[in-house]
Amino acid sequence: MSIRGRVWKYGDNVDTDAIIPARYLNTSSEKELAAHCMEDIDPSFAREVKAGDIIVAGRNFGCGSSREHAPVAIKASGVACVIAETFARIFFRNAINIGLPILECPEAVQATEAGQTLEVDLAKGIIRNLDTGQEFRAVPYPDFMLAIIDAGGLIEYTRRKLQQARS
Amino acid sequence: MSESLPMTMAQKILAAHAGRESVQVGELIDVRVDFVLANDITAPIAIREFAKLGVDHVFDRERIALVPDHFTPNKDIKSAEQVKLMREFAHQQGIVHYWEIGRVGIEHALLPEQGLVLPGDVVVGADSHTCTYGAVGAFATGMGSTDIAVAMAMGRIWMRVPETIKFIYRGKLRPWVGGKDLILYTIGLIGVDGALYKAMEFTGPTIEELSMDGRFTMANMAIEAGAKAGLFAVDAKTEAYVAERAQRPYTSYFSDPEAEYGQVIEIDASTIELQVAFPHLPSNTRPLSQVDHIEIDQVVIGSCTNGRWSDLLQAAKILRGRKVHPNVRCIVIPGTQQIYLRAVREGLAEIFIEAGAVLSTPTCGPCLGGHMGVLAAGERCVSTTNRNFVGRMGHVESEVYLAGPAVAAASAVLGYIGGPDQL
Ligand code: SF4
Repeated sequence: MSIRGRVWKYGDNVDTDAIIPARYLNTSSEKELAAHCMEDIDPSFAREVKAGDIIVAGRNFGCGSSREHAPVAIKASGVACVIAETFARIFFRNAINIGLPILECPEAVQATEAGQTLEVDLAKGIIRNLDTGQEFRAVPYPDFMLAIIDAGGLIEYTRRKLQQARS
Repeated sequence: MSESLPMTMAQKILAAHAGRESVQVGELIDVRVDFVLANDITAPIAIREFAKLGVDHVFDRERIALVPDHFTPNKDIKSAEQVKLMREFAHQQGIVHYWEIGRVGIEHALLPEQGLVLPGDVVVGADSHTCTYGAVGAFATGMGSTDIAVAMAMGRIWMRVPETIKFIYRGKLRPWVGGKDLILYTIGLIGVDGALYKAMEFTGPTIEELSMDGRFTMANMAIEAGAKAGLFAVDAKTEAYVAERAQRPYTSYFSDPEAEYGQVIEIDASTIELQVAFPHLPSNTRPLSQVDHIEIDQVVIGSCTNGRWSDLLQAAKILRGRKVHPNVRCIVIPGTQQIYLRAVREGLAEIFIEAGAVLSTPTCGPCLGGHMGVLAAGERCVSTTNRNFVGRMGHVESEVYLAGPAVAAASAVLGYIGGPDQL
């Protein structure tokens, strides 16, 4: 699966309150969450983000609360992939579980600017910066996580396992 | 793998729940869970995802807690709808541990108090501060709603065995310094991702002296260093706390002396002053002596970090016979109904109200900018909660300063950030 999109660049420790503030957590409607995505650190994001865009960020992306609303808001806003130097643990699980592609690649983050265009081959973990021509390789997923991603998330993965056990 | 392989307590608990003699750091394993929880924010998504699994019943109706604590008493129609969905699911599934307003408390204060999370347990919760239960020697960690949907259905979940960082605290604590100061100091030392993907184990003579409430505060904020869990060995204090509450048998696990740690960090606790974490990261800490004159608008004393009995007691000692500064709003929120009742019976309620503070029923409320004390643009709050991110307690231009109950109460009286010695 290949993705090509424009870059939104953020710094270290983007927390889940920044991704989706708690004042909007009285709903789990994906559309409403997307409308407030990144609101407190970048009010232009929700207005201008386009389907297929890519978020590139520094260390510890998604730290803070366990709210799954955070990756849900990002995914529902049309973002195709998040690339960060590192991810906070719970955000990492949540993103895999709901089928939001994420890649850890410090080199790519350091060499990418806002507004540039990246091409990402998710299966191979290859990130190409189309503005500079540079190419990077992300940390590969363990097989077990690839299986969850392939199934389209943890729910579908578990449902299939349950079906197999029954038949 | 040899049976005698030395392990940390985190490894031992996970091995026991994976049905293995031992596990190694970095391994992906499938573990049995003893207890699962979700709250009024995370449960609605978990329930929606649960429905997609095609499973009729939860794995064990006595091993799940659904806690309406974040926006309760319901702050608006949408929150009321979320709690209704949760309540109906609890009734339909026969889930035993669901509490209505008037009985409910903040999840991480309530569950240990009720004896539902015990030493040696694996606990997973759709809330990042699930790590609080490490204070009783459980391996407890926060996850998202989808993970919790699967855990509710299967009673199992996948985990990666974490490396452990061992912290050894030595020395006698200074007056008023407590668990909050120790953990803020520690996060300041290693940073908000200093323990990313790892477990923190808190040990040493200072920890042996620390109360259970102080240990809950420390374990609670392990996530603020990025940790997966924050663990304390079970000792006589833990046993005394758990003995009068446990609703089922439990097993304690101890780290082997030769266990391998990713890092060992020794801290001289006798030099640690009262701490304040400045906006907008919990790691942005300063000792109180290096805090300038910062005027404040609000003080919050409560939350899953510092809403327990000894926290209220410490605040009451300072507020007794004094008045909250005319420019300050002071909001005190006991973590559970039991703590609230004790505060009424033992005269703390009177002290707070006479001082000019608000005393609320248990709720997360202002901690996440929900209700009961949301901040306006430019306002500053000293809070005993655990996060001071941009916009956490209200407007994006508001500021949260994290501290323990002593600094919070003293600041409420002073009208600026200060400690009991300045009164
Ligand atoms: S008190 Fe604050 S940190 Fe604790 S569970 Fe509630 S919202 Fe989360």
